[in-house]
Amino acid sequence: MSGYRLAAPAGAWIDRNRPLRFSFDGRPVQGFAGDTVASALLAGGHAMVARSTKLHRPRGVFACGPEEPNALLDVGLHGERTPNTRATEIDAAEGLVCRPGNAWPGLKLDIAALNARYAALLPAGFYYKTFMKPHWHLYEPVIRALAGTGRAADAPDPARYDAVSRQVELLVIGGGAAGTQAALDAARAGAQVLLLEASPQLAAADALRDAGVECHTRCTVFGLYDHGLAAAAQGVGGAVRERLWTIRARRTIVATGAFERPMLFPDNDRPGVMLAGAVEQYARRYGVACGRRIVVATACDSGYRTAQALVAAGIDVAAIVDARERSGAEAPAGVAVHRASTIVAVAGKRAVQGVTIAPQAGGARHEIEADCIASAGGWTPAVNLYSMAGGKLRWVAESSMFVPATELPGITTVGACAGDFGAAHSPGVVPADHRPSRAALASLGRKPGKVFVDLQADVSAGDVALAAREGYRSVEHLKRYTTTGMATDQGKTSNVNALVLMGAQTKRTPDQVGTTRFRPPFKPVTLNTIAGGRSGERFKPLKRMPGHAWHAARGAAMEEFGGWLRPAAYPRAGEDLVTAAEREALQVRTEVGVFEGSPLGKIEVIGPDAAGFLDLMYVGTMSTLAVGGARYGLLLNENGVIFDDGIVGRLGPEHFLVNTTSGGAERVALAFEEWLQCEYGDHRVLVAPVTSAWGNVTVSGPKAWQLLQAAGFDAALAPAAMKHMTLRECSYGGVAMRVLRASFCGELGYEINLPAPHTQALLDRLWVVGQGLGVAPYGVEALMIMRTEKGFLHVGGDTDGTTLPGDVGMDRGIAAKAANFVGRRSLLRPAARDPRRMQLVGLLPRDGRTRLPVGGHMAASRPPAPIEGFVTSSHHSPVLGHPVALGMLANGRARIGEAVTVWHLGRAIEAEVAKTPFYDPAGERLHGLG
Amino acid sequence: MTADRDADRDAEPLRTRYSAWNLLAASRRDHRDWASAWRDAEPKARYDVVIVGGGGHGLATAYYLAKNHGVRDVCVLEAGWIGGGNTGRNTTIVRSNYLYPESARLYDFSLRQYETLSRELNFNIMFSQRGVLTLAHSRHDLDAQSRWANAMLCNGIDAELLDANQVRALEPRLNFGDAARPARFPILGGFVQRRGGPARHDAVAWGYARGASALGVDIVQNCAVTGFLKQGARVAGVATPRGEIRADKVALAVAGHSSVLAGLAGFQLPVTSYALQAMVSEPVKPVLNTVTLSPALGAYWSQSDKGEVVIGGALDHFPSYAQRGSFDVMQQVVAATCEMFPSLGRLRLLRQWAGIVDVVADSSPIIGATPVPGLYINCGWGTGGFKAIPVGGWTLAHQLATGRVHDLAAPFQLERFSSGRFVDEAAAAGIAH
Amino acid sequence: MVQLCCPWCGPRPGNEFSCGGTTGIARPPLECSDEEWARYLFLRQNPKGEHAERWRHGYGCGQWFNVLRDTVSHEVRAVYGIAEPRPGAGSSP
Repeated sequence: MSGYRLAAPAGAWIDRNRPLRFSFDGRPVQGFAGDTVASALLAGGHAMVARSTKLHRPRGVFACGPEEPNALLDVGLHGERTPNTRATEIDAAEGLVCRPGNAWPGLKLDIAALNARYAALLPAGFYYKTFMKPHWHLYEPVIRALAGTGRAADAPDPARYDAVSRQVELLVIGGGAAGTQAALDAARAGAQVLLLEASPQLAAADALRDAGVECHTRCTVFGLYDHGLAAAAQGVGGAVRERLWTIRARRTIVATGAFERPMLFPDNDRPGVMLAGAVEQYARRYGVACGRRIVVATACDSGYRTAQALVAAGIDVAAIVDARERSGAEAPAGVAVHRASTIVAVAGKRAVQGVTIAPQAGGARHEIEADCIASAGGWTPAVNLYSMAGGKLRWVAESSMFVPATELPGITTVGACAGDFGAAHSPGVVPADHRPSRAALASLGRKPGKVFVDLQADVSAGDVALAAREGYRSVEHLKRYTTTGMATDQGKTSNVNALVLMGAQTKRTPDQVGTTRFRPPFKPVTLNTIAGGRSGERFKPLKRMPGHAWHAARGAAMEEFGGWLRPAAYPRAGEDLVTAAEREALQVRTEVGVFEGSPLGKIEVIGPDAAGFLDLMYVGTMSTLAVGGARYGLLLNENGVIFDDGIVGRLGPEHFLVNTTSGGAERVALAFEEWLQCEYGDHRVLVAPVTSAWGNVTVSGPKAWQLLQAAGFDAALAPAAMKHMTLRECSYGGVAMRVLRASFCGELGYEINLPAPHTQALLDRLWVVGQGLGVAPYGVEALMIMRTEKGFLHVGGDTDGTTLPGDVGMDRGIAAKAANFVGRRSLLRPAARDPRRMQLVGLLPRDGRTRLPVGGHMAASRPPAPIEGFVTSSHHSPVLGHPVALGMLANGRARIGEAVTVWHLGRAIEAEVAKTPFYDPAGERLHGLG
Repeated sequence: MTADRDADRDAEPLRTRYSAWNLLAASRRDHRDWASAWRDAEPKARYDVVIVGGGGHGLATAYYLAKNHGVRDVCVLEAGWIGGGNTGRNTTIVRSNYLYPESARLYDFSLRQYETLSRELNFNIMFSQRGVLTLAHSRHDLDAQSRWANAMLCNGIDAELLDANQVRALEPRLNFGDAARPARFPILGGFVQRRGGPARHDAVAWGYARGASALGVDIVQNCAVTGFLKQGARVAGVATPRGEIRADKVALAVAGHSSVLAGLAGFQLPVTSYALQAMVSEPVKPVLNTVTLSPALGAYWSQSDKGEVVIGGALDHFPSYAQRGSFDVMQQVVAATCEMFPSLGRLRLLRQWAGIVDVVADSSPIIGATPVPGLYINCGWGTGGFKAIPVGGWTLAHQLATGRVHDLAAPFQLERFSSGRFVDEAAAAGIAH
Repeated sequence: MVQLCCPWCGPRPGNEFSCGGTTGIARPPLECSDEEWARYLFLRQNPKGEHAERWRHGYGCGQWFNVLRDTVSHEVRAVYGIAEPRPGAGSSP
């Protein structure tokens, strides 16, 4: 037992009137409101609180903030279970449940503690040298089971997260002395200032508020990005667990302070070895003495200040052990100072019991009884954010630290993170390498314990030496080979010691070794916080058609198609999707069906140069369309590849209505705009996407006109008066509409475009009127059946990112066309004229019964075999009574009638290459006859 | 040649072979007798072959030049530290689930090399063939995957189509939704290549470096190429801050910097360099069994042997050499992670980084000659270069040694951009992996 | 995430925009050779440094404009009209 609670009123952050209890490793722990789990554990005398990652050595609390490397706990239960949580950052709360992360079955009796016995076999990188025979797979499960320091939740996170976005004139990161002063100065000069402080308390809160500075605590800026963007994570608590801040600041002041650098000595990882500044903060903030008898091990003036603060708090400081000859600070009265000396051994495994010290010059060793070692080896300015923003560092030899070296536009560093500690807190002269010398270790008389550099990753000084020996001498190789700095504390208290050691091994100065790259996040950030609440439809919204409620009421089975929620079919009792779709398709072919095509892209192209412009965009010629005419068009990219298709109608001499596929509306409009603005800037054309402004109700079937007539549509729309592939404007029920006579299913068809809010009313009207005519709603699957029966192209289904117009038989007329349309030149390349190219053909099963599976491949022999083609669309045709399919086949059009074998997952199906359309080859049903 | 020896090391030969036995024996001497993994060489004035780029591809090329062809007068010049570019920044996935036979042959050759690479190099590269699963979120996805899997089978590559239950059994933490909260991206099934999986990226670079160095190749770090020496139109060597180095043949294996080197040599490439981000969570006990990809969400996931959940996504949106990505792209990938794995949302992001990927229009590499005689290039791997390190090295070494394009590399020459004979794996490489 | 100053809308966050790659590449006529066509479609300088590129303010005014941006630091050096010549240099961007 070492730590204890100091008498009142010690502890500025705790409220002794609000005691609480929580559970750690199955045992109850007392604390007060304001305690962290770490401070309460220390107050309760819990020295060992964790086991290290690789060697499972006993570990205790080491620090007092985000740099804590040891005390990683699993907090919470079920969906709220959070692993790898630093005890120094968990607010003690009534009923909280915490477990050590890396110990099984328990902290005291941890089976993997055996690892420590075999530590010699487990140096850095040992796994690269073994586990190869017979195979890595044999060893991997054990390695994976041992890895990881905690257990993830086993249920979705019930907590809420939100996000805030701000634009500010000045962002101050850090509310310590320097940050506070900078914020006050700027606010008094009239600037709009936002100050974010990582810890729960802001010392100068009142002064800042009075000066008009907006302040937030528990808010850690974890990244600085381009052009003044900062991202921060804030612990909120209550209804919202954590909040993401994204701040665009014109100016940023970084005042992030510095991390203490620990001393390096044998067994410097024992529970009770702590950063000196942390020992001081536990006394000051939480009224906790970290030990009954404390030894300060230092190579820095701040060790002395820590000793003074502890003595002033009534804590027994046994001695100061200074690696240096001289110090710039005074020791407190009554405390022995051992100069030019270092710790060469630590007694105790589960808790520090004492230290052995020896002079650096060699000589007699000396034992001191102690239960806590306050380690003060220097300071490491927190230059992470500055460095992320592109700042370069320089090494200050006198105080052995990296500080900012360059000016960054819009970003300033102040205070300790800039290397400016102020006179009262100056570290003084600090040697880079303050390890015990060979002579000092020799006086121990036995082999010294391991000197740990990275506590969490269990990396020792010996590992650094091994890395140097094996050639991993770049600081980046050192990191990757030994994993130093790669644990969850990201090397905050170990990186500098590691590179100093590498320098010593390879006769380089620390700045010659350099630091590894600093990258976000400054501190680990919860994934859900970064996601900022973007889940479900907030991750990617689903578009709903204007008639959505109507389809739902008709029992539609809705699925996502190209970002839209659409009826796949309307299954009745006992029907699955396929049988429903087949029924609907048959009904359309024999009577009449109603379909909502609102997702079809609609773009108005208007202007004196609209016609010529469309000729430059499409494979076909649109400028020759008569007013009121409509034509199917194919769009290529500049590589000649089909990327969309649709019907183009002409409403006027300078007015076209372009239809695109449902998934392609945006990209077609974008493509048009890009060509207009970037290449054809002199063309007078307006491109106006209107997809969501217009609903589309499609009526198809031999009785289509009868339905519209019965509903009261103008006789000008009758098949005799209005030809197929023409476009009419009309008025119906006082609403202006545009009606296109077109058909993707091959029956008489009308696509009625109307203002979106009127879609449901029209669907209702047609439904009511159509009851006597056998009207049925039909969904996307039924449409796919019908268009496959007709052999009509489905861009994105029958085509992929390589399909050229010639592959689908749509290159007639290109040679005669004048305009250099998009993609034209690519069609002249050798690859485009290769006779072995795949071509779209029909496919029928030889036995007339077996449905050819989509994706099945045609090959001359059992796979593995060269690919001849593959099936792209396949359905049972209800009207024909047998399956029909489309596919791409090498030189397919010349092979009509040929027998082919379709292979699917090892199964062979005999098929025949066929002409399309399978149904109504003459296209007579378009006219509503029969 | 610089030797690095401890002051108190014996005159005994240094330990070079990696094995459990040697590890045990070395432990008795505090591991003081391990030899350097590779020689940190000083460049000579002349070599038969100079390889620019000390990443996986460059080092593998050097290794196979020496091993397969006996060409040992080779120097690998690396501007920084070996393996410090994309080789050290990828998400470590090896797979060969590509659509076209040309790609299938290329990548599966590479995968088969990975299967025996640890033994070949006597360096544990920890290739874990735990499977690569691609999710289907719609019936259209199922159709597309049927094509994909059957294409793979025709190309002689292992592929299995899975239904939703089988996907769930393989990766139970995926978001299948429930009656109360149906999933925004329902999982209808998927397909898996069982032979694919992660390998330790650093080990691949270090293993090839060690192997090449042992065969006599010079590996020179901290030596950037600043220009090319020419003899007429032909390349005659390179200029570096440490002097000129003459060579009969020079090969470029510099990934995202390919255009920079090409520019120095006087030609342009069909390459644009983008940032590609990746990130890891804090390490936890095993939660993921395979590598999972969701093309619909544009992200993919696996868990390293250290326990970190490794997350990758698609390219950043504008050309960049910054080796850092945009916050909004990272945010999107993290949101995708929380959406697909709701029980992992409370894990914390530990590290994020980016590489510079050389993107080519058809997402297929360029391995072969350049317009400059004597200068060869291996580039254009875009987001998928790690898996191809063995085959990239093998085929480039072949061309350098014999003067003939290797069969596997034949479809991947620069001329395909003029002829239009692309091997367009945009479907297969829909997102980075 | 970058911030771009749209000529019409002012400074806006980068995710409102999309990048269209190198700007000012002249489209060769239909009679060009396969190599010239490949140059137009695919060959790029891809500079490590200052890059003249075009951007579109998609989640905004929808307009295209040109930007001079450093591909290493992401510093934006200039924003200019889609048809304007590259600032500083001659007429070829």
